[in-house]
Amino acid sequence: MVEISKTKALEIHCKLWEIRLFELKASELYKDGTLPGFIHLSVGQEACAVGACLALNRDDFITSTHRGHGHCLAKGADAKAMMAELAGKETGYSKGRGGSMHIADVSVGVLGANGIVGQSAPLACGAAYTAQVKKTGQIALAFFGEGASGAGPVHEAMNIAALWKLPVIFFCECNRYAELSPFDVHVSVPNVSARAKGYGFEGVTIDGSDVMEVYSSVLKAASKVRQGMGPILIEAKTHRWHGHYEGDPMNYLDRSERDPDNRIDPIQRFESDFAETLELSPDDLLSSKKKALALVDQAVEFALSSENPSSALMMEDVLS
Amino acid sequence: MNQSNQKDKKDKPLKYYSAVTRAFREEMIRNENVVLIGEDVGESGGIFAQTKGLFSEFGPDRVRDTPIAEAGFTSLAVGAAMTGLRPIVEIGFEDFLTACMDPIVNQAAKLRYMLGGQVKVPVTMYTFGSGGLNAGPQHSQSLAAWFSHVPGLKVVMPSSAKDALGLLKSSIRDDNFVLCLMCKSLIGSREPVPQENTEFLIPLGKAEIKRSGEDVTIVAVGAMVRQALAASKSLSGEGIETEVVDPRTVSPLDIDTILESLSKTRRLIVVHEAMSPCGIGAEIIAQVVETDPQLLECAPLRLTPPFAPSPFAPCLEKIYLPDAEKIASSVRTMMS
Repeated sequence: MVEISKTKALEIHCKLWEIRLFELKASELYKDGTLPGFIHLSVGQEACAVGACLALNRDDFITSTHRGHGHCLAKGADAKAMMAELAGKETGYSKGRGGSMHIADVSVGVLGANGIVGQSAPLACGAAYTAQVKKTGQIALAFFGEGASGAGPVHEAMNIAALWKLPVIFFCECNRYAELSPFDVHVSVPNVSARAKGYGFEGVTIDGSDVMEVYSSVLKAASKVRQGMGPILIEAKTHRWHGHYEGDPMNYLDRSERDPDNRIDPIQRFESDFAETLELSPDDLLSSKKKALALVDQAVEFALSSENPSSALMMEDVLS
Repeated sequence: MNQSNQKDKKDKPLKYYSAVTRAFREEMIRNENVVLIGEDVGESGGIFAQTKGLFSEFGPDRVRDTPIAEAGFTSLAVGAAMTGLRPIVEIGFEDFLTACMDPIVNQAAKLRYMLGGQVKVPVTMYTFGSGGLNAGPQHSQSLAAWFSHVPGLKVVMPSSAKDALGLLKSSIRDDNFVLCLMCKSLIGSREPVPQENTEFLIPLGKAEIKRSGEDVTIVAVGAMVRQALAASKSLSGEGIETEVVDPRTVSPLDIDTILESLSKTRRLIVVHEAMSPCGIGAEIIAQVVETDPQLLECAPLRLTPPFAPSPFAPCLEKIYLPDAEKIASSVRTMMS
């Protein structure tokens, strides 16, 4: 395992909880009708977002998916402006014009969640191309799922990234279901990481429920791609606790998959496997969880007390 | 700045495809964030020699060949534009735009809006379209109307070398995704243009009266502008004076210039190479009638190909496309 400071360990722990609590709160507010539209939650996948984003620099870029709340929070987006966006408020990241699937904070390198499956990969290549041309030393990481791994833009992105030796990491969150259908409906090989070989670069499969494994894998990959050695594909096997969308009855799950006792919990795993090694006391864990809870509570309060967007905003930013 | 209506003595003839090269070269010298990507834009200099010399002048970082995978490299260009570059993207033939609809329609056009104004997407995409070269159904289309239906995009159609130069330069300086629909049939056409290194820009969103006349307004786009001008010349000999309006930018459309022309002529013909249904002609006529139902003294006319794909056989394509003769004959009918 890669060595990390206690501060970093606490940051990881707090971020895991911030995402978990943010998502659970969003689920609750969606059920009671406070949040409109469609939302896709990443409960159970927190280790992927946190491990990957905390291994990047603040000015590195990420592109995300329709299931992107965790990625945005992990990269440093503000929970208040995020929850406000989910609620369709003027104080939201997109001024209430984008919603859950389009949250971005360019100031911390979040180029946006995206509602079109597969587009995160070539968009990240674009950011990586900018870094390459301008020689800034930045890299880009594209989150996508195993469903997107069959989409043309992902393959076109991998090919061009390899040809151009772009500083980009393709990070596949393999959460076992693409929308309502299981892995083997979408992917013709046991591991998505095998795709990398076809384009001539390295692909690895890791345990996406182990935040420390994700963190060290991305740290290693980031160092290589930053040196101009071309792209790397990381496939993180993880678990989506909720449905494709909130309200999904999940009829596709069998009885054992439905049993909450059988869920793999990345936060519990971090606390039980690493707290001692990282010298985190029960008090440390409790206080970082409390800190996360306070952030989420503030976010909800901010969102609910914010104004609806004015009608003038409807026509703003259509063009520059 | 806008010198398009004036002819300078020093103007030298330039070919349409060379206007493309010159616009890119001047803008790449002016701003180091301008890059050029696409199939065969590099060392080969392009199918029509439209990027000749740029690779050797600006190097492989700024002039880069891509795989033949339009969806991927268009999306890449959007990502690059969001992070500080100003990519020019070539799509060889206009018909291939269908291979990269998502990055144009769902990404480039909407990202600024969706992301709360946090980003801009300064991409200039240019492509060679329209018919007249017997290129068949998948290499002859004019898709301007499709993209004019999407908020967040600008759509430009240069009808001459001079317009290509001025409109491309303005497109590259624009902070939005601008789609420049070039005409294959104009590739080798020549026109005097201002000398190199003059600040020659044609503003986007501004139509030009290519010829003044009192009797009928012909709104023509792309290669149809030349045909309309040729028709006007022969009609003039018969005592009919037409006014030819070239919108130059079809989205956003400069309807004011068209309305102004119609307040004089009160007769309207719209000519384009795309089919009639839901097309630019339909939009122009709708806007005219909505503005003033009394403005036209007779029914307007859309002169377009029939509702079928563009046929390959030269004899069929000739029947299919509008031309000077058909325009002149429509004008005569309207005036009779």
